[in-house]
Amino acid sequence: MTDWTRASAAQMVAALKSGEVTSVELTQAHLDRIAAVDGAVHAFLHINGEQALETARGVDEARAAGEELPELAGVPIAVKDILVTQGMPTTAGSKILEGWEPQYDATVTRKLREARMPILGKTNMDEFAMGSSTEHSGYGPTHNPWDLERIPGGSGGGSSASLAAWEAPLAIGSDTGGSIRQPASVTGTVGVKPTYGGVSRYGAIALASSLDQLGPCARTVEDAALLHEVMGGHDPMDATSLQEPVPSCVEAARQGREGDLTGVRVGVIKELSGEGYQAGVEQRFNEGLEKLKELGAEIVEVSCPSFEYALAAYYLILPSEASSNLAKFDSVRFGMRVEKGNVERTMAATRAEGFGDEVKRRIMLGTYALSAGFYDAYYGSAQKVRTLIQRDFEAAFEQADVLVSPTTPTTPFKLGERIDDPLAMYLNDVATIPANLAGIPGMSLPSGTAPEDGLPTGFQILAPAHEDARMYRIGAALEKKLAEEWGGPLASQAPELEVAK
Amino acid sequence: MSSLERSDVARLAALARIDMTDEDLDRMSGQLSAIVDSVAKVAEVAGQDVPATSHPIPMANVHRPDEVRPSLTQEAALSSAPEAEEGRFRVPQILGEEA
Repeated sequence: MTDWTRASAAQMVAALKSGEVTSVELTQAHLDRIAAVDGAVHAFLHINGEQALETARGVDEARAAGEELPELAGVPIAVKDILVTQGMPTTAGSKILEGWEPQYDATVTRKLREARMPILGKTNMDEFAMGSSTEHSGYGPTHNPWDLERIPGGSGGGSSASLAAWEAPLAIGSDTGGSIRQPASVTGTVGVKPTYGGVSRYGAIALASSLDQLGPCARTVEDAALLHEVMGGHDPMDATSLQEPVPSCVEAARQGREGDLTGVRVGVIKELSGEGYQAGVEQRFNEGLEKLKELGAEIVEVSCPSFEYALAAYYLILPSEASSNLAKFDSVRFGMRVEKGNVERTMAATRAEGFGDEVKRRIMLGTYALSAGFYDAYYGSAQKVRTLIQRDFEAAFEQADVLVSPTTPTTPFKLGERIDDPLAMYLNDVATIPANLAGIPGMSLPSGTAPEDGLPTGFQILAPAHEDARMYRIGAALEKKLAEEWGGPLASQAPELEVAK
Repeated sequence: MSSLERSDVARLAALARIDMTDEDLDRMSGQLSAIVDSVAKVAEVAGQDVPATSHPIPMANVHRPDEVRPSLTQEAALSSAPEAEEGRFRVPQILGEEA
């Protein structure tokens, strides 16, 4: 009997169309897998089994009746708990929203329903997407399926772990400074942050509105492309939504698999290497470059000198925007309330109990950066650095069609190792943050495992704004070349998880 | 730029409406000072002639048609409130110290 949890979404689509499998069978196989391993992995905060099976049954009936169905109809998906979902609890990983059931769907949730994809459940995340390890979740951390003592990345560690543990073939992520790409890197999966505005943010609980972007998480580049095209497109409910057609990601991925990158210029970002980068991460990255060269690409070195200041600018802009966005958690309209005398003291008591330490740190940092007397030196300067980073990218993209770097400087570290050192935690995102500051798209795909610890390493591809399709072409070409060497996708190399009886 | 004092952190917590215990303030002031010191370097490179960027993809005058659309009912909007009364959100006393 085929174990359908090991298939790619593209293979599931083909099998559904040919009648080899039903959506109910696919959905049930994933729910069974979740029941078997999620006690140890803890990728999910909420499991939506009944509704998922109902969607699946509807798809199977429609298919039997000969109805036209969307491409991914019947393929199950996991959704990061940052998206509001009517009829399912939504917490964004925070205790302040425990038990909240939204009264409406996010645009992306609606699109998944219209695509008739069974929603398996809501995945764990750092509280309000603040973190790189899921250790800041109000509901306990997720464990990396490659080694349960290690972090699955963050903030979208629940989504990445669900893919690596074969609990879901596809998942939704959100990326403010790397929360899709870094978890993909440390779990040996694929994650894409689209161009800012490429996917509607309506109904995604906001962290930093000028940086946040939703995107697809998958185990293959082609699967990510299929999901990207479902999620993307203009939405009048989001004023920052791009008014242009969704890029042809699937076509680009299929073109990439043909394996010819002749004439493509790949720029290696000089500043994203060296000190702080683990040897095995750099080794696999360099091997990836060799593969691109074999495919016909030309490798050039580019310099982005202002990246030195990216992390600092990010940790001023993000907290500033977050401190404003999180003001809505005031114990009045929804969420937790801790009564304490008058309304002002009730708010302060509620926020003290409902928010975790990292959220409090960032709210206070933002309050400080925006306060009178400090605004110009901090927030104002950070916005200028943002301009300098955009200029660096513009200059680099004159010399290269795409830019590349390791996604994250190290393989996954142990849970608890950096929890008391916020600055060490922030360094995880040093290579992913510049793309958010500039609004450009970025992808992470597996480059192998580091020889020194056997844990996954990631390869990041960045493209100019609106040119998301380019990453899919080059990513799919590299992925195919690497898979030939590995004898299959990297995720298959992860140790088998113990299955609960 | 100087580091944050414990009293600064207490003032920020009050502004941000987050109660803090003495122990919270001790821990937070050390961590926030370290973060503030490390991010202060943005001021080194940002010269007068560099314009600020607040939004990554330039857009202006984004409108949608001014049409009445379906929206949440009053009942739905109040359904998640900690407390509601007569079709309104109910909150603790706003003025005065005694509840």
